[in-house]
Amino acid sequence: MEKILVGLKRVVDYNVRVRVKSDGSGVETDGVKMSINPFDEIALEEALRIKEAGGANEVIVVSIGSSESQQQLRTGLAMGADRAILVSTDSAPDSLTCARALLQIINKEEPGLVIVGRQAIDDDNSQTGPMLAALWDRPQATFASGVEIEGDKASVTREVDVGMETIDVDLPAVITVDLRLNEPRYVKLPDIMKAKKKPLDEIALDDLEVEAAPRITHTTYAPPAERQKGIMVDDVAGLVAALKDKGLV
Amino acid sequence: MAKILVIAEHDGQALNPSTAKTIACAAEIDGAEIDVLVLGASVAGPAGEAAQLSGVNRVCTIEKAENEHSLAATFAPQIVSAADGYTHVFGPSTTFGRDLMPRVAALLGVNQVSDIMSVSGPHSFERPIYAGNVIVSLETPADAVVVATVRIASYKAVAGGNSAPVESLDVAAELPAHTRYVSTQAASSDRPDLQTAATVVSGGRALGSAENFDLIYSLADKLGAGVGATRAAVDAGYVQNDLQVGQTGKIIAPELYFAIGISGAIQHLTGIKDAGTIVAINKDEEAPIFEVADIGIVGDLFTIVPELTEALG
Repeated sequence: MEKILVGLKRVVDYNVRVRVKSDGSGVETDGVKMSINPFDEIALEEALRIKEAGGANEVIVVSIGSSESQQQLRTGLAMGADRAILVSTDSAPDSLTCARALLQIINKEEPGLVIVGRQAIDDDNSQTGPMLAALWDRPQATFASGVEIEGDKASVTREVDVGMETIDVDLPAVITVDLRLNEPRYVKLPDIMKAKKKPLDEIALDDLEVEAAPRITHTTYAPPAERQKGIMVDDVAGLVAALKDKGLV
Repeated sequence: MAKILVIAEHDGQALNPSTAKTIACAAEIDGAEIDVLVLGASVAGPAGEAAQLSGVNRVCTIEKAENEHSLAATFAPQIVSAADGYTHVFGPSTTFGRDLMPRVAALLGVNQVSDIMSVSGPHSFERPIYAGNVIVSLETPADAVVVATVRIASYKAVAGGNSAPVESLDVAAELPAHTRYVSTQAASSDRPDLQTAATVVSGGRALGSAENFDLIYSLADKLGAGVGATRAAVDAGYVQNDLQVGQTGKIIAPELYFAIGISGAIQHLTGIKDAGTIVAINKDEEAPIFEVADIGIVGDLFTIVPELTEALG
């Protein structure tokens, strides 16, 4: 295939313990480390591997968000993507808006495959990939832990509740990736320098003429109910006694 | 009035317990009329079970050869067609629902509410974000259909004893041929299902090998428990992926949970926060798991677990 499109979302880094703002209006992001959504990083790694195996000529990374998302796109370029597209918006776009925006990019670029993370680790929605596949009227293969490209088809192993499921999809298709698909490469310093010269195009979300989706309004954010720290026991006898005390054994 | 269509999950033979929990969530909406939609090649078994569930008004079936396997691209257009006239379409937040429901939502032109954990009104819900570290309250637009997945660990299955009518639906929907089911590799186990077991014994990376996981199985069998694992243990190949508990695995709510050799990463804790009693066995007294454990014991799991298995005999 000619092109693979990969979605990259800028999110609070995996290792950051997020905190709710004291007025409940959102999550504290000031001064917090931001990264590529780890699932999207795996999506990009898979695209790069397909390209390196001769399965594609170009890998394009796309992000939808504020101009700060350029940092994550530059990281994607340093990993090995050929060019980047930022769909810029100052609002936090919802899943359907993202899917509609990605569809506009797809209509222009006509990729043979779109790969995204199964979910973003900030909103944990798990929506954009299947929504895009629906609007594009193309197959979806979600939670992929194995991808084999065979001509104009892909054979995808999916991690599902009962175990592993394999499906075949005609290309173009949307694949959403799970954690065990691959281990993303580390970016080397020379690649970071090279990435600065790669093309990064910016287009305003407003200019894509995406139909506005019915908005879900977030009214308040709160920390979850904390579990109380319990008791410590010294030995197995103490453990069995404590369990019996609670009527659990 | 809320008219809710619940999409049933099943394997062709039996209804998945996630369906009765999704119905429990739907029933939290005042005055809701709840119908269940069962898609499959031949669904007499699961449809009959759904008809017995308390709170169900009607069970609708769509039986087609193409529906033998639950492919989102095949199911979604049929659900969209069947959803006409409903105010809400709910599915479980299992891999079945997480795959299917966003496709339905996009075709209906709405955003989805993922992982409902509590209902405050027909358009007001709470859901976890950031691996359960934040709970967000949200409102969906009153004039749009609500498409949602239900965090099944937050709900108890509705009771049986009902006898709702079962009706076959004839929907006109063009079904794609671009997605084809090939095979499923399911781990066979006689142990209780991880997602419904009253007791679950989980092991982490500290087990060190697939062979050592026998310690977990022995304790689980003594307790009649299901078996779970952390992502690290699955990544290391000790057990298959279907046992993973956490943000990207299963979210569970057993009455009793044993975390053995598990440090307690937030991505794992989000999968067990609704557990009744958490027992932690870990040699590192600083392990975060002890912050949430109801009963903790610091020590070598290779000594403690066999002793415990013996003591419970």
